[in-house]
Amino acid sequence: MSTSVLIPEAPVRLAPEQAHDLSHEQDHEHHDSGSNTLFGFWLYLMTDCLLFASAFATYAVLFMNTAGGVSGKDIFELDFVLVETFALLFSSITYGFAMLAAHKQNRSATLMWLAVTFCLGAVFIGMEVYEFNHLISHGHGPQTSAFLTAFFSLVGMHGLHVTAGLIWMLVMMLEVSKRGLGNRTRTRLGCLSLFWHFLDVVWICVFTVVYLMGSV
Amino acid sequence: MLGKLTLDAIPYHEPIIVVTLAVVGVVGLLLAVALTKYKKWGYLWREWITSVDHKRLGIMYIILALVMLLRGFADAIMMRTQLAVATGGAEGYLPPEHYDQIFTAHGVIMIIFMAMPFMIGLMNIVVPMQIGTRDVAFPFLNNLSFWLAVSGALLVNISLGVGEFAKTGWVAYPPLSGLNYSPGVGVDYYIWALQISGIGTTLTGVNFLATVIKMRTPGMKLMHMPIFTWTCTWANILIVASFPILTGALAMLTLDRYLDFHFFTNDLGGNSMMYINLFWAWGHPEVYILVLPAFGIFSEVISTFTGKRLFGYKSMVLASGAISVLGFIVWLHHFFTMGSSANVNAFFGVTTMIIAVPTGVKLFNWLFTMYRGRLRFTTPVLWTLGFMVTFTIGGMTGVLLSVPGADYVLHNSLFLIAHFHNTIIGGAVFGYLAGFAYWFPKAMGYTLDEKWGKRAFWCWQIGFYCAFMPLYVLGFLGMTRRLNHSDNPDWNIWLYIACVGAFIIALGIACQLIQLYVSYRNREQNRDLTGDPWNGHTLEWASASPPQFYNFAVEPKVDDIDAFTEMKERGHAYHRPDSYAPIHMPKNTGVGFVMGMLLTAAGFGAVWHIWWLVIAALLGTLAAFLVRCYDNDVDYYVQPDEIERIEDAHLTAVQLDNTLKA
Amino acid sequence: MSSQNDAAHGSVKSYAVGFLLSVVLTVVPFWLVMSGGFDKWTTVITILVFAVVQIAVHLKYFLHLTLTNEEGRLNTLTFLFSALIIVLVVGLSIWIIYASNAMMMH
Repeated sequence: MSTSVLIPEAPVRLAPEQAHDLSHEQDHEHHDSGSNTLFGFWLYLMTDCLLFASAFATYAVLFMNTAGGVSGKDIFELDFVLVETFALLFSSITYGFAMLAAHKQNRSATLMWLAVTFCLGAVFIGMEVYEFNHLISHGHGPQTSAFLTAFFSLVGMHGLHVTAGLIWMLVMMLEVSKRGLGNRTRTRLGCLSLFWHFLDVVWICVFTVVYLMGSV
Repeated sequence: MLGKLTLDAIPYHEPIIVVTLAVVGVVGLLLAVALTKYKKWGYLWREWITSVDHKRLGIMYIILALVMLLRGFADAIMMRTQLAVATGGAEGYLPPEHYDQIFTAHGVIMIIFMAMPFMIGLMNIVVPMQIGTRDVAFPFLNNLSFWLAVSGALLVNISLGVGEFAKTGWVAYPPLSGLNYSPGVGVDYYIWALQISGIGTTLTGVNFLATVIKMRTPGMKLMHMPIFTWTCTWANILIVASFPILTGALAMLTLDRYLDFHFFTNDLGGNSMMYINLFWAWGHPEVYILVLPAFGIFSEVISTFTGKRLFGYKSMVLASGAISVLGFIVWLHHFFTMGSSANVNAFFGVTTMIIAVPTGVKLFNWLFTMYRGRLRFTTPVLWTLGFMVTFTIGGMTGVLLSVPGADYVLHNSLFLIAHFHNTIIGGAVFGYLAGFAYWFPKAMGYTLDEKWGKRAFWCWQIGFYCAFMPLYVLGFLGMTRRLNHSDNPDWNIWLYIACVGAFIIALGIACQLIQLYVSYRNREQNRDLTGDPWNGHTLEWASASPPQFYNFAVEPKVDDIDAFTEMKERGHAYHRPDSYAPIHMPKNTGVGFVMGMLLTAAGFGAVWHIWWLVIAALLGTLAAFLVRCYDNDVDYYVQPDEIERIEDAHLTAVQLDNTLKA
Repeated sequence: MSSQNDAAHGSVKSYAVGFLLSVVLTVVPFWLVMSGGFDKWTTVITILVFAVVQIAVHLKYFLHLTLTNEEGRLNTLTFLFSALIIVLVVGLSIWIIYASNAMMMH
């Protein structure tokens, strides 16, 4: 979201000609603005938290309204969800390794770990699309009952976030390969890191509240 | 190709709308001709539309708010006259389907597109200056937020000429707002206008929180921040915590309407109560978002014009914090009659009564600030005094409504309408108008005409009581809200008085327009040369009026509240340093404007189911954003010689003014 | 510049610890539910506790929330405030709607 707007606030005390040179360097943001950006992005994630909270609250009040149709117990396949969960969990640690490589200025390792993370994320999304498609083709689409409406919306909203994260990751892979690992790029990788791990936290709530509690 | 859009969507058979559109068209044309004639298009684009300067964005927000005030007030006058003529079985001049759109538009416009931009505009102009910084944390994002607000406002106003607006009331409760009962495009306009501007507001909240937390001038601790900055900060915390809930509720309503989901439908297990619940979990914090900054303005005004430090600064900050947190546990009082359990109603009734306590604390703080001070009766002070009386009445009727038993009688009656206008006009709007008069010289460089300002105040104040006190009576007489016509002879006299009141307020607004004209005409006599026309306490008065575009040549050092008073007392104010360092500034960018307009197109396409337009506009928005992300030419340095020239001009003006006074 | 950041970005070891803890905290609740050998409320409460613990693990090891430096404290406080609001909004919403559902049953 706010990753691009890195306008440092504190004026560095420089001679004018020096300042002029600096402003033409590709990578001139200093630490302050990176920390502003990361904090701003964290605040944005908190707003996202509240958005998910509304979806969870809605799911919690609608999940028993199956309108005579299927309930969670009938359609959830926990072994499938466990594999999905592990795809995300592995992607968390691989993204962590990408960050560590980025801070060591190791471009190829960063790209490699980002690619691995991307694949794991893609596996997760692929499985989710398969699950949704499977449910819809068996007549359990989101239009059938309030329970399925809430289920598809909550899980789908998480999925859309992950998809956005994947697109962002592609863009970052391009950026890293073209521009290396300057401060600005590392700040952006840091924001994506927060985003990616945050989605994993949301997924913990999803598999606990939706899948596990729905199957008890 | 054009989805549901056909020529029938243009309401050419409605004379009121046709005349309005004609007027808007003529005014727009005149404006365009004037801009072309005086060759100002380039200036408008370079200096305003693309500006990332928080002060200019603030001015543009307030212009948006004033334009929307005129639109929303026109709706109000139409409703009051309709109700005054449509008595005793008469139908009046507004048929129900038109009247319903008017009261919905009035509510949406006044809350989302008048009050919010006004509040955010003042916050933009003042907050960065009060904390001694050169800009907000994310200047481009600030520009984008503004254009998202404009985008929402555009959609609401397009609905006047193309299609219709929602007929559901500003809360758009399902199932009425669902597809079965509102098959037209009105609710869709409502959804997309609120969704787009709401996202802009969320981003503003994030931006200003990052600004006050990360970018305060050296030495300024949190408990040194001026009180207006504090109340805005609490409002921003509320924005960040509550607007996502609105985003969620609207998204669910969207899914119900567009994809046949069943969140809030009557059939297949939907629960419309959940929409009402989510809507007010946002809606109640929203009213504190509106009123807390106004409380901050009153505090600044009172302490400046009594020439005293604010009484109970800490208690003011803490009371605002208490209101913010409590604001999240009172929302059910908007729907006591929904029929939840007695325990639920009792809990929310009690929390609602408790929230009146910190508000009471504030009133005493203002009274004690005035105590033994020398109050100068300027226009901002008049608004403040008017507020203290009016808002207290509104607050007390609120405590009446917080008793669930009483609420069962008064719910959705005109008593409720009187109550919330009493608090929102008497609290928020009076506050913004006080802030408008107080900070106008700072933003524009000349003071507003006092004579017309006071006339405007008295018209508003008298008009307000005349328009809204009768509504309390009507509420007790059993008149419910959103009636199109009535035939109870006992109500007539009160409806007439209320109508007269609305016209007195109209006179107040006319006075304000005249005031703007007169002040502009006499701007040379009223010029604010020092930048400190009121002998202010806080840092925004340390700069020139209008402020240097970089705000402060040297970051001020602060070690107490009322930083500028301290500087003046210690003789540190207007200090000329030996040399200046270059200042790092963001460059203007048109990307925010482009994204805002593309999202307007996407919203319009979604309203009319023109899917190619939606997809193209969204892809365009993403492309514009990526272009911005990979643009390296986003900033520059202001060189010391330019800073010296600008600072010298200001300091010379200050010296000249001091000699003249001596 | 980056040295200041490094502390906030963890190490291979901290990521590995976080990952292993998460594996355990994921597998146990899945096993509890899939085996189906426990009564309903024991299972529900246990999996909720495991979820909360796992969220804490993620926050510490992956999102690097901490109380030991200024920036970490700021992020942690922001998160705790959001968590408070979430508990209020979600908890009260559920109470409100469940109570009104109960009224409609009678």
